[in-house]
Amino acid sequence: MFKKISLAAFTLAFSATSSFAATNITWWHGMAGRNGEVINEISQKFNEAQSACALTPVSKGTYEEALASGIAAFRSGEQPNILQVFDAGAATIINAKGAVVPAEDLIIKAGHSFDRNAFIDGVRYFYADSEGKFVGMPFNSSAPIMYINDEALKKAGVEAPKTWEEFEAAAPKLKAAGYIPLVQSQLTWQFTENFFSRNNIQFATNNNGYDSVADTKLKVTDPNLVMMFDKLKAWKDEGYFAFYGAGWNDNQKVFEEGKAAFWIGSSGSFGGLQKTAQMPFSATFLPYWNAIEGAGTNSFIGGAALFAMSGKSDEENKCVADFFQFLTSPEIQYFYHKATGYVAITKAAYELAQKDGYYKEKPVAEVGIKQLMLPAGDWSKGYRLGFYPQIREIMEREYGRIFSGETTVKDAFDTIEKEGNDLLARFAKTAG
Amino acid sequence: MTSGTELLPAPRGGTGTDGRRFGALRLFGGKAKGSEEAAKRVQFSSPYLPYLFLAPQLAIIFVFFYWPSIQAIQSSFYLEDPFGFGSTFVGMTNYTDVLKSGEYLGIARFTAIFTTLVTFFALSIGLLLAVKADGVIRGNTTYKMLLIWVYAIAPPVAGLIGMMFFDQHIGPIVELAGWFGWDIKVGLNYFDTAFSMIVVSVWKQIPYNFIFFLSGLQGIPVAVREAAAIDCRSGFRRFWTVILPLLAPTAFFLLIINVTYALFDTFGVIDVMVKDKAANNPITLVYKVYMDGFRGNDLGGSSAQSVILMLIVFVLTIFQFRFIERRVHYN
Repeated sequence: MFKKISLAAFTLAFSATSSFAATNITWWHGMAGRNGEVINEISQKFNEAQSACALTPVSKGTYEEALASGIAAFRSGEQPNILQVFDAGAATIINAKGAVVPAEDLIIKAGHSFDRNAFIDGVRYFYADSEGKFVGMPFNSSAPIMYINDEALKKAGVEAPKTWEEFEAAAPKLKAAGYIPLVQSQLTWQFTENFFSRNNIQFATNNNGYDSVADTKLKVTDPNLVMMFDKLKAWKDEGYFAFYGAGWNDNQKVFEEGKAAFWIGSSGSFGGLQKTAQMPFSATFLPYWNAIEGAGTNSFIGGAALFAMSGKSDEENKCVADFFQFLTSPEIQYFYHKATGYVAITKAAYELAQKDGYYKEKPVAEVGIKQLMLPAGDWSKGYRLGFYPQIREIMEREYGRIFSGETTVKDAFDTIEKEGNDLLARFAKTAG
Repeated sequence: MTSGTELLPAPRGGTGTDGRRFGALRLFGGKAKGSEEAAKRVQFSSPYLPYLFLAPQLAIIFVFFYWPSIQAIQSSFYLEDPFGFGSTFVGMTNYTDVLKSGEYLGIARFTAIFTTLVTFFALSIGLLLAVKADGVIRGNTTYKMLLIWVYAIAPPVAGLIGMMFFDQHIGPIVELAGWFGWDIKVGLNYFDTAFSMIVVSVWKQIPYNFIFFLSGLQGIPVAVREAAAIDCRSGFRRFWTVILPLLAPTAFFLLIINVTYALFDTFGVIDVMVKDKAANNPITLVYKVYMDGFRGNDLGGSSAQSVILMLIVFVLTIFQFRFIERRVHYN
C-alpha cells in the first residue's frame, strides 16, 4: 500500500516537473463574457496540442484597460508576451518603436513560413506597416454590416438597399409602414472610418497616416463626408433615421424590438441578435454612395490584434510564434468564427467554413467576411492615427451635438478637424 | 487614493480624499482635546524613537500620496510616448494647451455647477431627513436602517441602478417625466444627462450625510433642547438659532466630504451613466483626466490636468479651513 502511494507520488512529482519544463507565456486581453471564455478555450486547445509551451490568458477588462495595463507593465519591465490591442489603439503601440516584435519577423525567426496572401484583403493592412509587413497578428475581426428586419421590408414592399440612394428611395415607404427606417450603433466606426473605406476616399494625409506621424492631418471636412452627415441630419428630421446617443445598445435595442427596418451593427453582433431579436432578420453590406466615383470598395478589419511584446527570451518568442501559427490554422479560425461571430481572417478558414456548410445554415455569418473580401481601393485599408481614441471622443461629442441641434454639420467637422489635428501634432511630438 | 468601495481606477494624483478625510477628523480631535494632550505628554528616552514609530505611517503616506503626486507634477512638464521610449520637455505647454481649450473650460464650469448642486442637495436633504428621523420615536431603528442602507451600494452599482431608472427605453423616471411632457433623453441631451447624474449622485450621498447629521443631533444635550423649548415656542426658530449652530462642526466636516465626493467619488456614477462614451454629455474634470490619461494614453496632458485638480482642491481646502471653520464652534 505504502509502495503504491509513494509510486503515485513519484509519478505525480515527475509529471509536474515535466510540465515545469514547458516555457510559460502570458496573454493579456480585453475580452469579457462569452468572448473571454472562448479565449480560455483556445488557450487550452493550444496547451493540449503541444507540450513545449504553456499559455496563460489573463483578462484585463475592456480593450482600453488592456492597453493601459500593457503600457504600465511595459514601463516597469513586467510586460506579457502577448497583448491584445484594439483598432483605435493600433497607432499607439505600432509607433512606439521597440515595444513590439513584428509578428511576421517573429514567425519567420521561429522557422515557420509566412504568407501574407493567406489572409483576406480587409485584414491584411490595418495592423501592418506601410510596406505591408504584419506588425500585429490580426485576431478578432469584425466589419460594420447592415442588419435587415425582414418583416418590415415585406410590409413596406421594398428591397434591401445596396446604396444610400436606394435607401433614400425606400425610406418613405418604410416610414409609412410604421417603422423607423434606419438606426446605427457607432457613428465613428460605421459612418466615418468605414465611410472612407467603403467609398474609397482619403481619410488623412501621409497615406492615411501609415507613412509618417509627422504632419499627418485629418481630411474630415471632405465634402462627401459632410454630405453623409447632412443627409443623416435631414433623414433624422424627416423621421427616416433615429439616433439614441453614442451608447451602442440604446440604438440596437430599437432594432431588436422590431421597430426599425435597418440597423448598422457589427458582423459580430449576429450571435447575440439571434437571441434578442423579436423578428426574423437578415443582413447585407454597409451601403455606399453610388454617386461617389469608385465607391463600393471593401471595409477593413475592426476589432483587435495580438502584439508580441519585446524584451522576451528567444524561447518565449518561439512559443508566441508557435501560438500565432496555431491561431491562424483553419480549424482554430473556424472554431473561433463559430463560437464568437467574429469573421475568419484567413482564406483557408473561410473555405473550410464554406465546405462545412456553415453559411447555408447561417447566411448572416458570411456577410462580414464577404464585405472584407470585396475589391480593395487606394483608401480602403484603414488608418494609422495617433491619439485616435481621443479623436474618436471628439467625433462622438460633435456628432452628439449635431443630432441634439447644438451645432451644424459643417461647424462640427471644422471642430473635429481642428482639435483632431492638434492631437495628431501632439502625438507626433511624443513619437518623434 | 481610492476609498474602499471604489471599483474603478482613480486617476493618479490629486485624489487623496481619504487622506483629507482622516486629516479633517484628526483636526477635530486635535482642536477638542488640545489641552488634554498637553497634560499627557509622553517623554521618550531617545530623540529618534518617535520618528521610528512614525516611520510606517510616513512611509505609507509618501509611497501612496506624495510619490504619485511628485510623478504627476514631473510628467506634466513632458510630452512622452506611453511606452516610455522618448519624452520631450515641453515646459508649460501641457498646461497652456489645457487652459486654452474651450472644451476643458466647459468641463470645469460643469464640474463647479455639479459640485455645488450635489453638495447642496445632498447636505440639505440629509439634514432634513435626520431632523425628521430624530423626532420619530416609534420604530425609529427600522426607519433609520431604511435610510442608511443605500450607502452600502458601490458607486458603479448606484450608477447602474440610476441608469436603469433613466433608461431611454425602459426607465420608469423617463416614463413618469413623459406624463408631464418632458422627454428625458439621457446620453443624448446634455441637460437631461446632467440632471440624471445629479439625481443619482445626490441619492447616493444622502445616507452618509444622514448618519452624521443624526448622530450630531443626538449628541445635542437634552438640557439644551429643553431650555430652548422653554425660551422659544417656534420649532423652526429653535432649530435655526440653537440646533443648527450646535451642528456646525458636523456640517463643516460634511461640507468638505461632500465637495470631495462630488469632485472625485462620483466618477463611478458618471462612467456608468455615460456608458463609457462621454460624447456630448457632461463630464467632470476627474473623468476628463481618466479619458485622456487611461484611455487616450496622453500622459503629459492628463498629468497637467491632475495637477490642476490638486491645486483646486488645495485652494478649496485652505479656503474652507480659513474662512468657514472660523465660524464653527466646537464646544
